[in-house]
Amino acid sequence: MSAKILEKEQLSENVFKLVLDAPKIAKKRKAGQFVVLRIHEEGERIPLTIADANAEKGTLTIIFQTVGKSTNHLSELNVGDELLDLVGPLGKPTHVEKIGTVACIGGGVGVAPVYPITEAMKNAGNHIISIIGARDKSLIIMEDEMKAVSDELVVTTDDGSYGFHGFVSQALEEKYLLQGKKIDLVVAIGPVPMMRAVCDTTKKYNVPTVVSLNSIMVDATGMCGACRVSVGGKTRFVCVDGPEFDGHQVDFRELIDRQRIYLKEEKECMDHYCTCKQQGKGGL
Amino acid sequence: MDMKERLKIPRQPMPEQEPKVRARNFDEVPLGYTPETAKLEALRCIQCKKPACVDGCPVEVDIPGFIALVAEGDFIGAAKKIKSTNALPAVCGRVCPQEVQCEIQCVRGKKGEPVAIGRLERFVADFERAAGEVSIPKMPASTGKRIAVVGSGPSGLTVAGDLIQLGHEVTIFEALHKAGGVLVYGIPEFRLPKAIVASEVDYLSKMGVKVETSNVIGKVATVDELFEEGYDAVFLGTGAGLPTFMNIPGENLNGVYSANEYLTRSNLMKAYLFPEYDTPIVRGKNVAVVGGGNVAMDAARTAMRLGADNVYLVYRRSRKEMPARIEEIHHAEEEGIQLNLLTTPIKYIGDDKGWVKSMECLRMELGEPDESGRRRPVPIKGSEFIWDVDTVVVAIGAGSNPLVQSTTPGLDTNKWNYIIADEETGQTSREGVFAGGDIVTGAATVILAMGAGRKAARAIHKYVMSK
Repeated sequence: MSAKILEKEQLSENVFKLVLDAPKIAKKRKAGQFVVLRIHEEGERIPLTIADANAEKGTLTIIFQTVGKSTNHLSELNVGDELLDLVGPLGKPTHVEKIGTVACIGGGVGVAPVYPITEAMKNAGNHIISIIGARDKSLIIMEDEMKAVSDELVVTTDDGSYGFHGFVSQALEEKYLLQGKKIDLVVAIGPVPMMRAVCDTTKKYNVPTVVSLNSIMVDATGMCGACRVSVGGKTRFVCVDGPEFDGHQVDFRELIDRQRIYLKEEKECMDHYCTCKQQGKGGL
Repeated sequence: MDMKERLKIPRQPMPEQEPKVRARNFDEVPLGYTPETAKLEALRCIQCKKPACVDGCPVEVDIPGFIALVAEGDFIGAAKKIKSTNALPAVCGRVCPQEVQCEIQCVRGKKGEPVAIGRLERFVADFERAAGEVSIPKMPASTGKRIAVVGSGPSGLTVAGDLIQLGHEVTIFEALHKAGGVLVYGIPEFRLPKAIVASEVDYLSKMGVKVETSNVIGKVATVDELFEEGYDAVFLGTGAGLPTFMNIPGENLNGVYSANEYLTRSNLMKAYLFPEYDTPIVRGKNVAVVGGGNVAMDAARTAMRLGADNVYLVYRRSRKEMPARIEEIHHAEEEGIQLNLLTTPIKYIGDDKGWVKSMECLRMELGEPDESGRRRPVPIKGSEFIWDVDTVVVAIGAGSNPLVQSTTPGLDTNKWNYIIADEETGQTSREGVFAGGDIVTGAATVILAMGAGRKAARAIHKYVMSK
């Protein structure tokens, strides 16, 4: 099914928010799930976590960072434009229950997928400590939204331009774990090195930690296995077995390698896109 | 022409692209009959009173009937004749294993070569399409019954085609963004041009079938929700779409693909046209394809077309046990695919960046027959050897996709999670729910799935009309 863009907002230099008209998916989606979209006939299938949805209005929010050709192209679309295909909701929803204190951690654009989980965990009656971070102040997104669903909110920047000076993993350790604060569950979403750092930290304190993985996918329905990841020594598919896994069991090294499979082609595709744009060719 | 002369006509060969040329392009390999060769080939059919060939066809095409029309030069009439029982003749003419179905039964084959039924079927379907004379049959009055078809592969398309012609309202739900199932994601362009699949789907649409792509049943709606929406029956034709790996060390290295991923990237996403199309694929120089079936052949021939220097097909049994069609093995060998039989990988070895650089294999010998009746491969002790490869495609079979089964309470499945359905009707353990094709039988052929679709359509018609 196709989907029209209803709203568009630039959240930071490279991060964009689109609100899509997608009533069927908006009605069914649960926290933690994702969609796959295709912009045009020659386009690839792009998996993106659902950042928010409104079942009554039939809208779905996606937030993404421009990385390569497809996300750049997506960022150039405007209100009223239509995505060729939108499919979802895919993946398993987050397991939400009242367990006590939950720390919800988002790094960079990872704040977007952590938001609906935070909201669901809050609605389930948990005490929420949120930690969101980015390289500098200009890259912090969704601070107000996160504040609204958290009992405590810590903002971190790598350069100290705003909030806690350091990484989200350091804030978690210094402000909470080292202080002996009891945290029953950590949910961490962001760049792989960040999730790995959080898991390394929480392992020391034996705090169960869930991460949401953003692997390379093609069909995203369990058919191809492109997204496979080793969890506790077993091969799992992020698209149907995940996207959330026990962070202490994930083989991050393998995940990092697998995310680099198409680095060369991604650059080639981006260059091709820029050349075509300069030449004013349509059908990008 | 009298019978004596007709019996003297040799089986007309199929013109093909030269192996060296075609091994580097994605154009279709066989070029098709001309009207002259088709007529000549059709004259070879002796019009048996009791045609055995029809018994060999899972969808009971009136084979002597359409061939007689070809011999008369009425190609459009021949196409109509086939289409009265087979909605996908251009597909079946290309991918059916005729040599073990209709053609093996042909009496001409007893003392020579059988009539080239598949080639003739393909010819008339292509002729009709090229002539732009694809006619829509007269549609009956609406029954007011609504049927949901889950999956748009061969079984789903057949069910939809049959039920729409009986006056029902039919909607196909397809998970991917294009309709056709394995015909678009699995079978390569050089064996089945995607324009042909699109035109067969378009034919169904013109008859009134609604095709809803990008709808994953089990996610956006469950089977029970389809009934709540007012559907009177549901057909499940979700296929055997789950990849199988061998669970040996190094299988998650970069450059190791499942056949499903490799073929989906190339066929559905058109990665062979990268960067005009956005989806990339690793273009290996030394590619090993593990497996001996048709999917393995498709993957190996795709690797060659993507520019490999060497493509090795690694199969653990001998040539005799290979499940691929003889014609496909022949095509692959002509194109330079190197068969490494009685060999199995036991480990993939990676470099420091996580890319596969070599594979460790074992040599095998054949022992006693196993439960499949084929001689079991037994490893030869101490025969390990290492061989340099930069891409591996694992094509050792496919499993059932669990999305529908896991969200449909009361739907019985077997121990491999295939749906249990009556062989004659497709009836499952749930009232109003029917199933057919690979999701019932496990990975099989296009035409068997179509045969199952045909039977299920009859049963669904009976069911909804008696409600």
